[in-house]
Amino acid sequence: MSVTETRNSAAGDEGGMGYLQSLPRRIVTIWLPLLIFVFVLLFPFYWMAITSVKPNEQMTNFNDYSPFWVIGPTLEHFRYLLFETSYPGWLWNTILISVGSTFLSLLAAVFAAYAIERLRFSGSRQVGLGIFLAYLVPPSILFIPLSVMVFRLGLYDTPFALILTYPTFLVPFCTWLLMGYFRSIPFELEECALIDGASRWQILTKIILPLSVPGLISAGIFAFTLSWNEFIYALTFIQSSENKTVPVGVLTELVRSDVYEWGALMAGALIGSLPVVILYSFFVEHYVSSMTGAVKE
Amino acid sequence: MASSQTAAAPKTSMLAGLTESRGWLSLWFMLPAALLLLIFLTYPLGLGVWLGFTDARIGRPGVFIGLENYQYLWDDSVFRLSIFNTLLYTTAASILKFVLGLWLALLLNENLPFKSFFRAIVLLPWVVPTVLSAIAFWWIFDSQFSIISWALIEMGLIDERINFLGDPTNARLSVIAANVWRGIPFVAITLLAGLQTIPQSLYEAATLDGASRWQLFRYVTLPLLTPIIAITMTFSVLFTFTDFQLIYVLTRGGPVNATHLMATLSFQRGISGGQLGEGAAIAVAMIPFLLGAILFSYFGLQRRKWQQGGGD
Repeated sequence: MSVTETRNSAAGDEGGMGYLQSLPRRIVTIWLPLLIFVFVLLFPFYWMAITSVKPNEQMTNFNDYSPFWVIGPTLEHFRYLLFETSYPGWLWNTILISVGSTFLSLLAAVFAAYAIERLRFSGSRQVGLGIFLAYLVPPSILFIPLSVMVFRLGLYDTPFALILTYPTFLVPFCTWLLMGYFRSIPFELEECALIDGASRWQILTKIILPLSVPGLISAGIFAFTLSWNEFIYALTFIQSSENKTVPVGVLTELVRSDVYEWGALMAGALIGSLPVVILYSFFVEHYVSSMTGAVKE
Repeated sequence: MASSQTAAAPKTSMLAGLTESRGWLSLWFMLPAALLLLIFLTYPLGLGVWLGFTDARIGRPGVFIGLENYQYLWDDSVFRLSIFNTLLYTTAASILKFVLGLWLALLLNENLPFKSFFRAIVLLPWVVPTVLSAIAFWWIFDSQFSIISWALIEMGLIDERINFLGDPTNARLSVIAANVWRGIPFVAITLLAGLQTIPQSLYEAATLDGASRWQLFRYVTLPLLTPIIAITMTFSVLFTFTDFQLIYVLTRGGPVNATHLMATLSFQRGISGGQLGEGAAIAVAMIPFLLGAILFSYFGLQRRKWQQGGGD
């Protein structure tokens, strides 16, 4: 870095060592690539949204209408989706299954994480490692044996098939996340409570849980998002149209024959993405910190 | 805890032992998670390995046939092609995700206005359900009405529409592109978190010593970031290798099996085709690759810790 360059840009820049770079250079090396990244990462969403409000005749006629804009947007695709398909039912199933499996997983994970992190029974380290390894087992090698089990247990084509199998990837993740969180709560608080005669149950419910609300929120959001997005189990274990979840329903029921109803498909994808995006936008800081925290462990 | 009460009332101490002693209490606390994981994770894993040695079909429990499934698969050109495809897909997508993700992380680590806003929107592709964003890609890659083809033709760069998903090479490139699109945010945001833990003073010291920007990156950023790179890329490789959703939506393995991954082939043979045993065998064949990837990054990580003089 030459001396002149350094001198040129010394003014008006704060923090870090950004002042070592000149403004034009910053535009080319930072802003330009960043804007290209943002454009590429967001374009599919824009395309999804614009397609979902396009009237059918504009959908494929790129020569008479600009494809990037829409003249006279229509809600016809949304109306079709909500009133003439089973979409509302799929939405309801997805909510039910996600809430159910999230609740179940959080419950199991809170107890497990507390036992591993604070009761420190003999072998707790190994159990902790085992839980981490369980997270590395991917659903794509489990779905065939699980489908056999689900069938034998008589759960095939019921929401319980999914509520009970989603914890296989949710429990390890939540436990791992909560273990990190419990670790940050000072031991002294527990010791005080023990001296005052509190039982372990009281310590957990009256001291640890109130203090770990942010951790519980992160774990809950993650679990909810992961169950909302799950596909392979839902595709394999659910047969009838009225029991399907949104991702499976959109793909298997809205795609018929050769004529793709792109408007309705995009509308379905948009509505199906909204709940997780809204949830995410409210808790984005929790989300980012727990995602990076879980990886850093 | 329980010992103080033992002499006074043996009957209650039994109860107290079951609710108060550390060992029993731990057992109760671990029970829900342990039951869920043992029944729905450990047992199926074993069952999957067993099914791989049987000729089970949907609606008919199979009998043990030894390695016949594996022998059959060994000679099956589609299975071999799927291994090649999976390795190609994983390698190409992971390298691209790493390079682009690291680049994006470095960009976001600069002192920018609206930093948290950028960070929030960059994560979106990762938050949205893969199947739903893949459907958007399906429309973007449409053979007749692809917006990419249209834009390139308008710009005069190409003469005819690109057949994104109909041609083997194009289909491979397209699914890799979609996978990279979805994977970049995860890599970028976790690496960004790693970047933010590197003290600024190291860069200042190196700059005073006359290091160039490349040297700053090569000798300060990269070594300090290696542990987190190892973990992030392990997860990324693992999820890419076992990917199913994207392929199932975009190509279902076609054209002429050019994009069949092991996971999609396993689904096609096991569930759609009803050959549970064969499908399970394909799934089991993924395990050695996954173990290899995990061990590789685990030992890569260990060496780094030792190099940095950190214990355990």
